[in-house]
Amino acid sequence: MRKISFCEALNEAMRQEMERDPTVFVYGIGVADHKKVFGSTAGLAEQFGQDRCFDTPLCEEGMTGFGLGAAINGMRPIHIHIRVDFLLLAMNQLVNMVSTYAYSTGGKLKVPLVIRAIVGRGWGQGWHHSKSLHSYFAHIPGLKVVLPTRPIDAKGLLISAIRDDNPVIFIEHRWLYWAVGEVPESPCTIPIGEGNILRQGSDVTVIATSWLNVEAMKAAEILEREGISVEIVDPRTIAPFDDTLVVESVRKTGHCIVADNDWTDCGFGAEVAARVSEKCFGQLKSPVKRIGFAPTPCPTVRCLENEFYPNAVDIIRAVEDKLGLDPIDLSNEDFYSHERRFKGQF
Amino acid sequence: MNELSLNLYKKLYIARRAEEFIIKHYPEDEMKTPMHMSMGQEAISVGVCHALGPEGQVLASYRSHASFLAKTEDMDRFFAELYGKETGTAQGKAGSMHLAAPDKGYLCSSGIVASCIPIAVGVAFANKQKRNGQISCVFFGDGALDEGAFWESLNVASLMKLPVLFACEDNGFAVHTPSHMRQGYKSITDIVSRFECNVFQEDTTDVEIIYRLALDAIESIKTTGKPAFLHLKYYRYLEHVGIYEDFDAGYRSRTEFNGWYKRDCLVLQRKRLIDAGYAEADILHAESLIDEQIKNSIKRVREAPFPKPGELYRGVFYEKD
Repeated sequence: MRKISFCEALNEAMRQEMERDPTVFVYGIGVADHKKVFGSTAGLAEQFGQDRCFDTPLCEEGMTGFGLGAAINGMRPIHIHIRVDFLLLAMNQLVNMVSTYAYSTGGKLKVPLVIRAIVGRGWGQGWHHSKSLHSYFAHIPGLKVVLPTRPIDAKGLLISAIRDDNPVIFIEHRWLYWAVGEVPESPCTIPIGEGNILRQGSDVTVIATSWLNVEAMKAAEILEREGISVEIVDPRTIAPFDDTLVVESVRKTGHCIVADNDWTDCGFGAEVAARVSEKCFGQLKSPVKRIGFAPTPCPTVRCLENEFYPNAVDIIRAVEDKLGLDPIDLSNEDFYSHERRFKGQF
Repeated sequence: MNELSLNLYKKLYIARRAEEFIIKHYPEDEMKTPMHMSMGQEAISVGVCHALGPEGQVLASYRSHASFLAKTEDMDRFFAELYGKETGTAQGKAGSMHLAAPDKGYLCSSGIVASCIPIAVGVAFANKQKRNGQISCVFFGDGALDEGAFWESLNVASLMKLPVLFACEDNGFAVHTPSHMRQGYKSITDIVSRFECNVFQEDTTDVEIIYRLALDAIESIKTTGKPAFLHLKYYRYLEHVGIYEDFDAGYRSRTEFNGWYKRDCLVLQRKRLIDAGYAEADILHAESLIDEQIKNSIKRVREAPFPKPGELYRGVFYEKD
């Protein structure tokens, strides 16, 4: 199959949906400028015109209500935020209005609104350009929350999100933009709410979100050489969260590590731990382990930033701990290939 | 005889009497929902909604009783929602603050000040894209002018030339705080007129003047392609939330109310009917029919069932019929 990048997959998903359905439109700060949101909106304004791909004033709350209004009146808006952090300015609309609108009509009206937001990392993004916050959104009934990992997830889930009749928050990690993988050329969908076994294994289950799947895959590759078999479950959708794959996997392995690209306290990792505790209590051979951001704002300087973020090494050490193994010598391992690629600025 | 005058009067009377029935029955504690009463505001709700017609789309604040009844004329679903019954607009889930009847063009109302304003702008964008000639209208109080969402929305609608009518129902208070303690400017209409937005205002409680002003505003949207801002003052007769007067609270006086009540919108419109030659008996008859309608509606609503167990979970997301 043809291979394209995560970013190209996003672009293709929007373009094909805009070709298929004239009610789909794209808007947000910078979507039509020369940088095109890291290239993800490239060509859309040119192909579909300024009515269907347009830049906006800097008013996240207002433009979120705008999206809701357009969505309840027959359109399918895609609102793009180049950083998740900027979505905090729209929380009133998201939490008070967007998430409750269907309920206020007894479920009779559609709210087909997609909100794409990008998680920044590295080269000094700091605490205003690095948050993921998916647990915030997943906490709210009425919002769907999706975190694609592979290029095919990006395309299939974005098309599903656009076709969904409910609000979907679509969270994209900046470093995944370069990930390349097989993606069908024709429009394809991946159901919202369906997880993915990213890697099959039998000794330990790692449930990872977004970029942490890349770290988990690296950890699994190293551990495999030591004869340890890691199963990686990517939920892809955390709201509504179908825990079937997680529960099946943990029942099989008896060990559960959650590697979430977010803070741990009151986060998605805690949700997974609770579900596993409820549904796999008798099968657990060890307590659930959570891995996530350090409980601090995200610092700028590289050395502290490295300490802030969880990585493959943390996952390897957690697996060793679960299985009672001595630490593997990792001095010759090559980590962070994507970080080396990312020279900034944004 | 003037059909328009009578129709407008009937709509005013429905809104006023519906709330008088609420006042009568609220102490029975069966309507368990915070009431932000419309009394005093009816001429704006009725005049503007009548001008919009069935095609227009309305969004509102939590002070929504009068605009809901004027726009939807759906008394049963209105009372049912207040009583928390299965037959309400949202099966009792919404109560007084979240009334919505999209099938009748009443898209939403909200418990958060200014939060429907940007939504109305998005509704207008969709109408413009569809080239259907429809107008969306959002009602909000002067308190909403303090919120960023108002200015964001005004800017976007002016910039993008969207067919939206901003209807400011100015009662001079945000909850209990008067305008002069909140506003760092002298005139809202002066400021709004600097935007690419048509501005209309009138010092009136006359429903017919408001109706014609709203028609002018709608016409201006259609001819210029720009949004319109309608500024109308009124006096809130009752407390901010609840069914009682609050002239003893110290922040406003009964004398002030008495001044406004001299030009109460129902009194004015009733007088107009008499002046136009309607017989007192005919007006009384029309009023009694509405009273009967309200009484029957409340009777039906009281007999209606509460939502069934499991209803709680329905409608969080869109549900196909």
